[in-house]
Amino acid sequence: MTSRHPNTQHKSVIDADGLQSLIGVLRDEGYQVIAPRASDDAMVLGQVNGIEDLPVGVRDEQDGGHYRLVPGGGRALFEYGPGPQGWKRYLYPPEERLWRARRHGESFTIEEDSQSTDKYAFLGVRACDLRAMEVQDKVFDREPQGDPRYVARRKNAFVVAVNCARAGGTCFCVSMASGPRAKDGFDVSLTELIDDDRHVFLAEAGSKKGVELLERIDRRPASDTEMSRADAIVSQTAESMGREMIADAEHVLARNLESDHWETVADRCLTCGNCTLVCPTCFCTTVEDVTDLSGAIAERWRKWDSCYSMDFSYIHGGSIRREGAARYRQWIAHKLSFWHEQFGISGCVGCGRCITWCPVGIDITEEARTLRDGEKDL
Amino acid sequence: MTPLPAIADAAEPMVPIPFRIERTVKNLSDTFTVDLRPEEGRKPFHFAPGQFNMLYQFGVGEVPISISGDPQDPETLVHTIRAVGAVTQAMAGMKRGAVMGVRGPFGSAWPVEAVEGSDVVLVAGGVGLAPLRPAIYHILANRARYGRLVILYGARTPRDILFRAELEKWSSRLDTFVDVTVDRASGGWHGNVGVVTKLIGRGGFDPDNTAAMICGPETMMRFTIQALNDRGVSNERIHVSMERNMKCAVGFCGHCQFGGQFVCRDGPVFRFDRIEEMFLVREL
Ligand SMILES: Cc1cc2nc3c(=O)[nH]c(=O)nc-3n(C[C@H](O)[C@H](O)[C@H](O)COP(=O)(O)OP(=O)(O)OC[C@H]3O[C@@H](n4cnc5c(N)ncnc54)[C@H](O)[C@@H]3O)c2cc1C
Ligand code: SF4
Ligand code: FES
Repeated sequence: MTSRHPNTQHKSVIDADGLQSLIGVLRDEGYQVIAPRASDDAMVLGQVNGIEDLPVGVRDEQDGGHYRLVPGGGRALFEYGPGPQGWKRYLYPPEERLWRARRHGESFTIEEDSQSTDKYAFLGVRACDLRAMEVQDKVFDREPQGDPRYVARRKNAFVVAVNCARAGGTCFCVSMASGPRAKDGFDVSLTELIDDDRHVFLAEAGSKKGVELLERIDRRPASDTEMSRADAIVSQTAESMGREMIADAEHVLARNLESDHWETVADRCLTCGNCTLVCPTCFCTTVEDVTDLSGAIAERWRKWDSCYSMDFSYIHGGSIRREGAARYRQWIAHKLSFWHEQFGISGCVGCGRCITWCPVGIDITEEARTLRDGEKDL
Repeated sequence: MTPLPAIADAAEPMVPIPFRIERTVKNLSDTFTVDLRPEEGRKPFHFAPGQFNMLYQFGVGEVPISISGDPQDPETLVHTIRAVGAVTQAMAGMKRGAVMGVRGPFGSAWPVEAVEGSDVVLVAGGVGLAPLRPAIYHILANRARYGRLVILYGARTPRDILFRAELEKWSSRLDTFVDVTVDRASGGWHGNVGVVTKLIGRGGFDPDNTAAMICGPETMMRFTIQALNDRGVSNERIHVSMERNMKCAVGFCGHCQFGGQFVCRDGPVFRFDRIEEMFLVREL
């Protein structure tokens, strides 16, 4: 039997009820549906049971060192930008037990934790975060040895992307060629269309799983006007983007590892590591070994770590990166330059989170530009 | 070239395998060697000279340690460990019969096969002799395939000379040149005093046809490379073993990054011309 290739270009329109049943079908399929939810002061990821759990009309103000949720979005469900958390916390949790060991006299046996069976559906993934998943796939889903937990969760995940109708205050996805349009890496993508009398979503399947899901919910074919309106919305978002990464950041950084500028950044940088925590591609972890009170059972936990800590590069005799300047340089040079050498892609996706959540508003696009402009003066 | 041995259980690279301590030898006041054998039913442990394992001390932690034994004897896994901190000190207290966790082997190797036909100069500082010992065993076992063999070693004091009996044995061979120096001499030492870089050139070698392999503190390696360069050995003929913090050894934790390289996976042994620029950048 020949299987019919899914028509992934096919676009349809669903309304709020359709979105409700999309969530319902995913839940029926055993997915935990995760979406941004408005907490007191930020959009945080959490489980949703239906559209009633989605934030209505909430927008955000983002700038260097500044984040605030504000009203003003009317009926819109997706008019805010990236929140402080990336989706990585589900695919690669902040703390995870790798195994348990039990002592028997002089010896011990290892009880491996069973493979993850988590089944997540991510709702509201922006184009920058789709890129972040692609980037983390290159880190963890590798031959011959991938990270088995990440790979299992990723394989099980269902991704509902949303095309951005507003550029966030610190976004620069256009210059990273990652957004604002979701091009691939999703199962279904949505563009929110709001009129006086209508609130619908243009839905597009990006995979066979996505086609099958859309077939199960109430929808109608999209009209040409609806399709061109959706295009116009995303183009408008792209045009209104305020920040831009310099071209060729990879080589600018590689050429400037010994620039005097690092000292200048270090004067401002608190080495708090916030940027690594909010970055959707940062993957570093440490391990912690713990024992129970009797000493008979030992566990190994893997926890998110940051290259801003002194311990990170500690070897007997002292840390390699003692100076704050060296630690800031590691972060930005890894993102923009070393990453290309390691994984063939930039580690920066243009989501702007590191700018927003830096307590002193250090801006990765500005720092890269300053380094480049410094070269002209030579 | 023969492919490098890879970790035994590729499906779960983070899970250690229990190995039993067959024998422990106290080499120096702070350094000891353990011979390990897999618990019943495990396969022999194949490795290439220069590769390392992650050794796990039950409940305490896990550290990267080079393999210091003979690659021709895959039945015994040998590690030489300097007790410097929490994990290695706990390991120092382990007796015969106790069990350690082992993950590995990991990383790149000394290019012992690729450099057949050339003179070989091995330069070690301190416990850095341990990761080079498997290369020495390999070369001596295949001695006819190499030109001159020069082993230069620097220790802090005469009491810190690792593998002293073996150094003396190698030194007594007519086909091997061994020279040792100490930073600080104590009574009864009649050998060299000073940094190991001063020994470069002794034993003689053909700079255009020499492979150098260096393991020791970074400063020692930097000056050794300089001295080799001064004698006409170019950087693509020099290999160094780098040390960085390591938590996973499989390229996931990020701790061992050195510019665009993961020392655990792309190293620890690097051909020097490939990392030359980064090597000189402070605190990279
Ligand atoms: C590839 C490689 C091969 C090595 N081979 C040997 C060897 O053959 N023999 C030997 O004695 N030592 C070797 N070392 C160094 C050894 O790993 C450290 O001495 C050891 O990790 C110290 O751990 P600790 O808990 O006893 O010390 P602490 O100082 O208490 O260390 C705390 C933590 O810091 C990290 N750390 C500290 N020092 C180092 C270091 N030098 N390198 C990497 N991480 C470190 C470890 O993660 C450790 O758990 C090697 C290191 C590397 C990277
Ligand atoms: S080294 Fe730093 S910048 Fe790079 S992934 Fe790790 S935490 Fe992020
Ligand atoms: S030790 Fe974890 S990435 Fe190299």
